[in-house]
Amino acid sequence: MSRPAGLHTRYDEEIALLRNRADRIWLALLAVILVATPFAIDDFWLSVLTFTAISAIGAIGLNLLTGYTGQVSLGHAFFLGLGAYTAAYLGGDLGLPVLVWLPAAGILGALAGVLIGPFALRLKGLYLAIVTLGLVFLGEYLFSNLRSITGGPQGRAIPSPRIGGLNFADLGASLGLPFDREQSFFLFVVPILVVAVVAAKNVVRSRPGRAFQAIRDREIAASIIGVDVARYKVAAFALSSFYAAVAGALLGSYVRHVTPGSFDLFVSIQFVAMIIVGGVGTVYGSVFGALFIVLIPRLVEQVSPLLPFVDPSGSGAGVTVFTLNQIIFGVLIVGFLVAEPAGLAGIWARLRTYFRSWPFSY
Amino acid sequence: MTDLLQLTVQGLALGAVYALVALGFVVIYKATAVINFAHGELMLLGAYLVYALQAEAGLPFAVALPAAMGLMALVGFGIERAILRRMVGRPTFSVVMITIGLAIVLRQMVTAAFGFDSRLLGDPWGSSQFALADVRLNVVSVATMAASAILFALFFVFFRTSRAGVAMRATAFDQEAALAVGIPVHRVYAWSWMIAGATATVAGVFLAAFPSSLSPSLGFAAFRAFPAAIVGGLDSPGGAIVGGLAIGVIEVLVQAYQPLLLPALGTSVHVVTAYVLMIAVLMVRPYGLFGTKEVERV
Repeated sequence: MSRPAGLHTRYDEEIALLRNRADRIWLALLAVILVATPFAIDDFWLSVLTFTAISAIGAIGLNLLTGYTGQVSLGHAFFLGLGAYTAAYLGGDLGLPVLVWLPAAGILGALAGVLIGPFALRLKGLYLAIVTLGLVFLGEYLFSNLRSITGGPQGRAIPSPRIGGLNFADLGASLGLPFDREQSFFLFVVPILVVAVVAAKNVVRSRPGRAFQAIRDREIAASIIGVDVARYKVAAFALSSFYAAVAGALLGSYVRHVTPGSFDLFVSIQFVAMIIVGGVGTVYGSVFGALFIVLIPRLVEQVSPLLPFVDPSGSGAGVTVFTLNQIIFGVLIVGFLVAEPAGLAGIWARLRTYFRSWPFSY
Repeated sequence: MTDLLQLTVQGLALGAVYALVALGFVVIYKATAVINFAHGELMLLGAYLVYALQAEAGLPFAVALPAAMGLMALVGFGIERAILRRMVGRPTFSVVMITIGLAIVLRQMVTAAFGFDSRLLGDPWGSSQFALADVRLNVVSVATMAASAILFALFFVFFRTSRAGVAMRATAFDQEAALAVGIPVHRVYAWSWMIAGATATVAGVFLAAFPSSLSPSLGFAAFRAFPAAIVGGLDSPGGAIVGGLAIGVIEVLVQAYQPLLLPALGTSVHVVTAYVLMIAVLMVRPYGLFGTKEVERV
């Protein structure tokens, strides 16, 4: 006997991850689809999905900070860079396995987040945004100048994720199975994304998550009802930076080579765009948003040869693929904020309600 | 000693440009409580309009500049009408992100129209210099300082005495209360975006004048001027001037002396110095040197 959606008789029912049998069936189906994906689609689209999964981890991190705690950050790229270079140093220079460098990257990111936390305690809103913006420039400066670790402006290579003889970027050779690099990496990254999603869900539906949201909604009121604002703000920064650094480490490992320019302000803006497009203050929205922002440039690349006004030479004046991409990106940000502030998650929720309450949908 | 003096004067000249840019941030912030990330791109567009009116339409500079300012005021009005008007009452950060989206679109429109080649703006000052005692000074630097001073004076009078200026301050202070006492908030926003467009044109022209030239990378200069606006306090025109000049001088001095005194710090230190300084100032005074402290209530 299923009750109507949204009607709960106990609190733990309401916050449960899987509320009913339908949820469980959908989840099982999703798992099957995810496992089948690398064998069903070609490398080009698989690479889109791998980028999506990695970006989604970073976007979830930003959403925990900006969407749930209300602390605006334009410094996400800095933490991604921190993670990538940690991976490069620990995995490349010291030759440690992925089981060490991936968590280490996250922890280092979290520590950096804790250092930024106090700024968030002292500053509000836009002043905080500008300080985190400064962080991006500071990061580019550090990444260019700490040559022994980062390789300077030319950048450096980042190792594949390995444990002993097992190379997750090349499961084919390690296990003797017919997997190429894209398939291997997809199978490596998706479980990490799943862990990231479940962990984020658990945070936001438990005490710290409620505290984050209370701070977002009304900081002074939150402190009055007993939320330790300072502690939870710093915690939100640490958590968000942990996610970002893990995403950065994975991203570096996937693209194999990073430069300081890989972590510039535009990357931060892309992550903010992901949570805006996906849905601010939702975990699954971050994943939608990441997919959307990763997918659009690839689609434009595919479609642009068919468009007569796009200049294929890609130099000088005129509309190039890059120009078109950027304009679409900018328009998307503006469009979503103006027309659909709840993002794709909001559209999804409306659609679901529409069909659930059909034929009485009004 | 002459070196130091020369560098300081150069710093002040750079600072005057930063102050001009920062004034643009202040105008928008004072009325709408939003940092306009598209300001750099408005400057870019304004400067290219001046270039186009001169080089392509053949107007003299003295006509091209006011004409471009007028056109940019219209652009500002259009942006406000088409997009930002729908955002009244929405969270500040959403509006900020919209300006970021606008910045991206505007920059691409400029590069699509004019390409990436750098051009000479064709301002009347060119590269002429004059000497004051031992210190050489570009004429354009003096013009920049004069322009900042004039704009500052205009803003000061405008915000203190005019009805529109007071309405802008009231709107920034509390949108709802402003609406309640009959201030036409929509119109206030339109005014401030028009002013921002015109101011951006002036800043863009001086930024693109000697010694640099007009190229799409000009838009990024806004990021260099952010610390100036913040150090001074986002809602203080006087702060923009002080912050701009201070950041300019410090940047030039660091650029000149850091390779000699502290080579271990590596390259492009002067770019981050401004941000480090900004963060230090904010730690002591969270609303900048001359900014108004926001009062919070539950």
